[in-house]
Amino acid sequence: MMSSFLFRAMDARAGIFLAILGAAIILVPAGNLLVPESSSFHVPTYAVTLMGKYLTYALLALAVDLVWGYCGILSLGHAAFFALGGYAMGMYLMRQIGTRGVYGDPVLPDFMVFLNWQDLPWYWYGFDMFWFAALMILLVPGALAFVFGWFAFRSRVTGVYLSIITQALTYALLLAFFRNDMGFGGNNGLTDFKDILGFDIQAGTTRAGLFAASGLALAICFLICRAVTRSKLGKVLVAVRDAESRTRFLGYRVEHYKLFVWTLSAMMAGIAGALYVPQVGIINPGEFAPANSIEVVIWVAVGGRATLVGAVLGAVLVNFAKTWFTAALPDIWLFALGGLFVLVTLFLPKGIVGTVSAGWAALKARKISAAYEAGSDVPPASTPQSPAAPANLVEPTPSSNTPGPTAPQPAE
Amino acid sequence: MSFLKSLLVYLCLLSALAAPVAAQSDPDTLRQLVNELAKGKYAETEQQIEALVATGDPIVAPALEALGAGSLYFRKSDGAVFISQKSGKSFALTDPLTLEAAGEAGKREVKKIKVNNKLRRVVRAALGSLTLMAPAPEVRKAAATAMFKARKPDSIEALDAAIAVETDDSVRLIMEQARAAAVLSSSSSEADKLDAINTLAAMGDREALSLLIGVQHASEGAVRDAANRAVAKIEKSLAAWDTAQNVWYGLSLGSVLLLAAIGLAITFGVMGVINMAHGEMVMIGAYTTFVVQELIRTSAPGLFEYSLFIALPLAFLAAGLIGIGIERGVIRWLYGRPLETLLATWGISLILQQAVRSIFGPTNREVGNPDWMSGAFDLGQMTITYNRMWIIVFALLVFAGLMLVLKKTPFGLYTRAVTQNRRMAASMGIRTPWIDALTFGLGSGIAGIAGVALSQIDNVSPNLGQGYIIDSFMVVVFGGVGNLWGTLVGAMTLGIVNKFLEPYAGAVLGKIFVLVFIILFIQKRPRGLFALKGRAVEA
Repeated sequence: MMSSFLFRAMDARAGIFLAILGAAIILVPAGNLLVPESSSFHVPTYAVTLMGKYLTYALLALAVDLVWGYCGILSLGHAAFFALGGYAMGMYLMRQIGTRGVYGDPVLPDFMVFLNWQDLPWYWYGFDMFWFAALMILLVPGALAFVFGWFAFRSRVTGVYLSIITQALTYALLLAFFRNDMGFGGNNGLTDFKDILGFDIQAGTTRAGLFAASGLALAICFLICRAVTRSKLGKVLVAVRDAESRTRFLGYRVEHYKLFVWTLSAMMAGIAGALYVPQVGIINPGEFAPANSIEVVIWVAVGGRATLVGAVLGAVLVNFAKTWFTAALPDIWLFALGGLFVLVTLFLPKGIVGTVSAGWAALKARKISAAYEAGSDVPPASTPQSPAAPANLVEPTPSSNTPGPTAPQPAE
Repeated sequence: MSFLKSLLVYLCLLSALAAPVAAQSDPDTLRQLVNELAKGKYAETEQQIEALVATGDPIVAPALEALGAGSLYFRKSDGAVFISQKSGKSFALTDPLTLEAAGEAGKREVKKIKVNNKLRRVVRAALGSLTLMAPAPEVRKAAATAMFKARKPDSIEALDAAIAVETDDSVRLIMEQARAAAVLSSSSSEADKLDAINTLAAMGDREALSLLIGVQHASEGAVRDAANRAVAKIEKSLAAWDTAQNVWYGLSLGSVLLLAAIGLAITFGVMGVINMAHGEMVMIGAYTTFVVQELIRTSAPGLFEYSLFIALPLAFLAAGLIGIGIERGVIRWLYGRPLETLLATWGISLILQQAVRSIFGPTNREVGNPDWMSGAFDLGQMTITYNRMWIIVFALLVFAGLMLVLKKTPFGLYTRAVTQNRRMAASMGIRTPWIDALTFGLGSGIAGIAGVALSQIDNVSPNLGQGYIIDSFMVVVFGGVGNLWGTLVGAMTLGIVNKFLEPYAGAVLGKIFVLVFIILFIQKRPRGLFALKGRAVEA
């Protein structure tokens, strides 16, 4: 009875989240395009772009939450998948510039002309077609994650070791993409985009469209994540998170589960990156920086690990704070971010959503228990039932809300 | 230009002669002799040159050089001789003996002292014997080296004369090499050339190599064969020296990695705590050095040579205390939750970076090198800089000291006990929380003194620590957690591999290869090179 109630509550939570997201997808572009600029309800274009950027960050946080919250894989390299998706989109956008570049070369992007390249490198072929670029946005991060995960999970690299080598992965990619010979624009990256799918990338309508697309992608990925985490597969993932060896001893192929969710998460991060690039108008190797990946983790931690809504909420909140701080008090931002890391891990291990829902559940439990005690005074026949009563009233913490790491220290 | 260059050479020579030389003569006599050059015909000029050489004083060399180059003029009004450089419409005059500027003169006021080819040869020979026979060995050495580089066939005679009377073995060697170089560019007999090639082959450095390669292309027959053999021999020995140099660079990089990683090996390896703020401890050590040097500059400049020794204990204390503060304030609440520890310490690293940025500013701060840290010396065909050498020595000392502390002191015993079996150690009466705090302080303090060393070779900026953190983790993970020997071997291996990859792949690609290699290596041996053996298994 208790569990079905909880499932209903979670459904309600997801419903509320999707409703808010849906409202944002409709209202923000409408406020930008339909409401006249003089009105106080008008949403300026820069705000649409900014919120669109937040939504792509939220999608990235969702991807990290899926692996960290539900499977215990702390990835410090998800920015790599994000940036790879972004580069795939950037390559498509570069090919769309055509002859409008500074050097006016119909095929080669400006930086290749500048470097005296004669031909397009083979890995740039096909990126003039959107369908191909879209495919690569999914496949490139997915393939990298698959190969990396295949090796890592099969040889049972876990915990902090995995975190450190994911960090090394993104660091290696950072160094690689800084090189001019790689053919991705080196230090400057890809920028100066003109249009996407034939629409002018600077136009307000395109911006609004990209915002809506980001929101839609977030909604779809949210539903996918929920479907995954609430299926039997999701239960096994939680089991892997909480007791990996035990799960293996029970006969589950732990590495297969991990590999699946890891690759799925990387693809989502790739989509997020692809939507991010046209909105900010640039992709450069700085996106690979290990610090970025760690920042994503704190978004998730703030919102609530293993609560999908929390990841989205955390990403939006922290980034809103970042935008505000870096404009108003630029010196304070790193203090605030650093403090957030420390305080959230110390005092808010479940994050905002986790703490609130745990508190709410506790409140409900107290009410029921109070009601029960009020009722139990009257009938004397209740005595035989009383041993069973507390069992019903056990603190209703759903498995997905306990980030309880039971792993002992690796030093032992 | 070449004239100016040779002037510079002579200036250097003169400064090398700071000590009074036996042959130094009376300046007035010399000036008179120089002024004599303006008078008379070619035959008389020749005698005048010989008179100058007879003084045996190298101070007349610039004047002779100028005479040979045709830039020696005399003033018509008083017959005084000057080295003149045309500047615009007039001539800039330089005193031929003191080499000080002596005003200007109009075009018509001065007249060039004419020389013919015979005189030029006389001048060259005179110059050679002046410097090659100079009393100070440094001057002779420099002259011989200059002649080696010039490789003019007409210097052979001067060199022969000088070799005959040379007493210093090292100088004679250089002279013989210079002679060999000159012989090879002259039209001497084949036997002479073969001898010369042998001399150069024995020399075995890059200059000899390039010279011999030139001979290889320009000659034929026996000379060419000999040159081929010599080139092959030199190339072989140079390749060996290159390898040695690479190993040295690798050791140097490895010792930097070792310094950065060894503190982490304690906190991560021994305690199982992921300290992402480790790099910031290094940064704090570097900034401590900066503060110490600033204080010394303002209050006691004489202590500058010892600034590093003063900074070492202070950096250890500063970083160690901050480390203990972090452990007591944050990390101890997170034991058993390594991933959360990682995030919290990352937050601390951001705070420390921003704090340093707010206090000292975002730009690089200058930390000076004491004299004993700067400079270099040659070992065979390798160049060894003092700062790299001392850092290798220092890294090994720190390593040895740490080993001693861990193996020979009660504190080390407790630490190892806690590492091996925390609960058993606690049952035996060891206060594990104190050991945790002190061990963390020790690891952080070591990072602090690493910062003192790294401040000598790296930019001291708020981002200093960031650059080392990933590398340090790689070293510790590669070497094996919980094992200091593993850290040593890991750091040196990665350093050397990196330096050997660099020539083939470039610095960046080399680093990428190393990272990929470590990622693959961890798949193979998830617990590192020297894994702790035991029955522990994760949950």
